[in-house]
Amino acid sequence: MRLSYPSNIKIIQVPCTGRVDIIHLLKAIEDGADGVYVAGCLEGECHYLTGNLKARKRVNHVKKILMDLGIEPERVEMYNLSAGEGPRFAEIAREMYERIKGLGPSPVKMKNAA
Amino acid sequence: MIVANPKPISEILDMIKDLKKILILGCKGCVTVCNVGGAKEVGILASTLKIARIKGGNPVDITERTLERQCDPEYIAQVKDIVHDFDGVISMACGVGPQFLSEAYPKQRFFPAVDTTFFGGAVQHGIWAERCAGCGTCIIHYFDGMCPIARCSKSLMNGPCGGSAGGKCEISKDVDCIWDMIVRKKMEQGRLDDLVRFKPSKDWRTARDGGPRRSIREELVI
Ligand code: SF4
Ligand code: SF4
Repeated sequence: MRLSYPSNIKIIQVPCTGRVDIIHLLKAIEDGADGVYVAGCLEGECHYLTGNLKARKRVNHVKKILMDLGIEPERVEMYNLSAGEGPRFAEIAREMYERIKGLGPSPVKMKNAA
Repeated sequence: MIVANPKPISEILDMIKDLKKILILGCKGCVTVCNVGGAKEVGILASTLKIARIKGGNPVDITERTLERQCDPEYIAQVKDIVHDFDGVISMACGVGPQFLSEAYPKQRFFPAVDTTFFGGAVQHGIWAERCAGCGTCIIHYFDGMCPIARCSKSLMNGPCGGSAGGKCEISKDVDCIWDMIVRKKMEQGRLDDLVRFKPSKDWRTARDGGPRRSIREELVI
């Protein structure tokens, strides 16, 4: 499948979304990313049983931290899709891209650049 | 272990608002086990504070360190060469940490990053519950290993009170009545008589009521 998705999305592969920790999401924001999302397997289908459930909890925690700091929590998101859903992967990428475009650049990046 | 909760980030930001260069000191003891002040949480707090301060146009320089413990002078001494390089130090240990640090380095300022709550354990991953109130004279042998001091809302020695209903405490349906549990266990084991047996009154002089406490073990003191 040769599906296109916005080229400014940087993909970081992990063996399971259970490996994604709060600090990884925060570091992305700290380093100026406008948004971060985690694309995990469908709930109930994690090879390690609860990896994607843990990832969702952590994403929600980072949303809470951002809210506390007055930064839009929508900049961080959790998606679930199956490994066979290429078109859905591209669709999520576009969806997140549009959302971030709507929000504008991250306040962290803007201050860092200033 | 000593259990603690993270302080609200706004409170920590306010403590350090005038500081440009800070050290965040974690502890590998209880607060690592209850996921509130170990190396991992030091990293999360550092990143959160940096994001907030960059956003506010007032960036902060943060160094991260985690000590073996913050309740022993030998570990506190491990930061002696760097501690004065900062405008202030945030301790992520229980309330003992900032105090031991403060006593060792009177010229520096120390801030707590956690709200220390109780002595307890993890009843499930992510959930901790109180088990001991450190009363100084343990009496749980009378109650088959259950503590009415820490776990009865009224610290009754002869419960349950009239508020006990359906195994729950009158303060909340989410709180087990420890006296219900004590009586039930005695009945199950056929030892209800234990509870009517005469007991000397509890010695409260060893509890916090007697002022700040010390523990002196002559066999260890040199
Ligand atoms: S009786 Fe005192 S020392 Fe024993 S568990 Fe209860 S509070 Fe702790
Ligand atoms: S209901 Fe039970 S736990 Fe609550 S105050 Fe009464 S005896 Fe103590």
